Amino acid sequence: MNEDKRRQRTKMVTYPSGAVIPERDLGKSPVLECSHLGIEFGGLKAVEDFNLVLGRTEIAGLIGPNGAGKTTIFNLLTKVYQPTHGSVLIDGLDTQSMTVVDVSKAGVARTFQNIRLFGNMSVEDNVRIGLHNQIKYDMFTGIFRLPRYFSREKQQHEKAMELLDIFNMADLADAKAGSLPYGAQRRLEIVRALATNPKLLLLDEPAAGMNPHETEELMDNILRIRDSFQIAVLLIEHDMNLVMGICEGICVLNFGRVIAKGTPEEIQSNPVVIEAYLGKKKEAGQ
Amino acid sequence: MAFLSSLVNGLSLGSIYAIIALGYTMVYGIAKMLNFAHGDVIMVGAYIAFCGAQYWGLPPVMCVLTAMLVCTVLGVTIERLAYRPLRQATSLAVLITAIGMSYLLQNLALQIWGANPKSFPVDLVALPGFTLFGGQLRISGVTLVTVLANIVIMAALTFFTSRTKLGKAMRCVSEDRGAAELMGISVNRTISLTFAIGSALAAIAGVLLCSAYPTLQPTTGSMPGIKAFTAAVFGGIGSIPGAMVGGLLLGIIEILSRAYISTELADAIVFAVLIVVLLVKPTGLLGKQVREKV
Repeated sequence: MNEDKRRQRTKMVTYPSGAVIPERDLGKSPVLECSHLGIEFGGLKAVEDFNLVLGRTEIAGLIGPNGAGKTTIFNLLTKVYQPTHGSVLIDGLDTQSMTVVDVSKAGVARTFQNIRLFGNMSVEDNVRIGLHNQIKYDMFTGIFRLPRYFSREKQQHEKAMELLDIFNMADLADAKAGSLPYGAQRRLEIVRALATNPKLLLLDEPAAGMNPHETEELMDNILRIRDSFQIAVLLIEHDMNLVMGICEGICVLNFGRVIAKGTPEEIQSNPVVIEAYLGKKKEAGQ
Repeated sequence: MAFLSSLVNGLSLGSIYAIIALGYTMVYGIAKMLNFAHGDVIMVGAYIAFCGAQYWGLPPVMCVLTAMLVCTVLGVTIERLAYRPLRQATSLAVLITAIGMSYLLQNLALQIWGANPKSFPVDLVALPGFTLFGGQLRISGVTLVTVLANIVIMAALTFFTSRTKLGKAMRCVSEDRGAAELMGISVNRTISLTFAIGSALAAIAGVLLCSAYPTLQPTTGSMPGIKAFTAAVFGGIGSIPGAMVGGLLLGIIEILSRAYISTELADAIVFAVLIVVLLVKPTGLLGKQVREKV
């Protein structure tokens, strides 16, 4: 079923500003707006003049050769790095003076290229960490085990289980996160990110290290998550099958600059992209 | 019977070391820094309790609570003013700042309370002791309270870190600060909380220490502070049960060597044992193997 859905191309529409978003998101304000975003590390322009508008429920891909600045953009969006130029609006809010924690509260969650789960904690506790700002109680309630402690803990447990169920991981709840197989760790990272109740989910190479079968499953799951949570997804991925299969808009980076933008079809036939990936053809060959 | 009596004394001293070691180990585990001013927070706690009993006429429980309150505020303030601005600095800079903070506290205490040793009110922990084996083994009230306090504190902290939301937040900040922040956990707040808990415990340790060894002066906290730090390393720094085990063992080793080997050499023996343990198990008794990222 999802297979067919993937084949049905989303109709993309253009804003007066020039940004392209899926037609179904047209009436809603964009979830992310980057304009002229850039960062320099001691003179080296790691990212330059990056512009991106994401629709409410858009799945977009960020691709490019290694070292193109893709993860740097994620770090800029989450304020791990402070941009030297430009601005990032999340759900209309300027992130200029926000901290990493503020951005998380504003609704951005991410996963990591090199998995960063809390390996010594249980699978359930990892998800509960994501729920930290969702279900709250104070320290004294915790220490003196007031009735509120039990009700909140129960709430957390139920919510965590519900989220783990997305990937059928509920039976792994008590396992140590660090001892899970690689693919399961990647899935748990997505669950943990979803626990923070995001509006925008950033996935950094979600299919890395997965076999083709697992990647297929992941594609279905990303679509399913987008549909049931009604969130936007921005993903970095080298697996072109995944990117071309589920992304509605694609942005190609090389040396910190956007070299192409468009739908999967447009990107696949773009000569600049082909050149960035495969190198320039020799004159004689043309 | 003399041996049993030494063992009980060792357990009591060890419990005090364990409570102090908790402060070192928690701060190290979460903020990744060595707070060398921790020993001097103990001294301040003891002075506050002393003033409460001597000058302000407070009942014993209020003396301890006031000391805890003052130390909590002190600990959080020290972190806010001296350590937080250095969050991105090298660990050496933070270490030196902590040592400076230690001397600052000692000299402030010297200014406020003078150099003359104060004799700590021994009746602050006024619980009757009891005797066992027909009067051969005497266990004082202070010993009893100390050991009990240690057990309660350990149980409460273990529960807090493993079963409550804030405790889990502390553990995940300790494991991966960056990822914790991206999940919406405020690292600054978590570190403040750690300092608050550690300093409140330091106040309790100060009162217990001075109840057992009732001479109070501005340097009172430094030697127990160093030994508790040793205990934390001994048990595996960063580990709460490690602080407990390290503290108790250190206390027992110290008292037994004082009783059976040499009073003068007791401290030397304590540190020699530390060196041997670290040679055999560099992460300490209960310390986890640190995986280096390549």
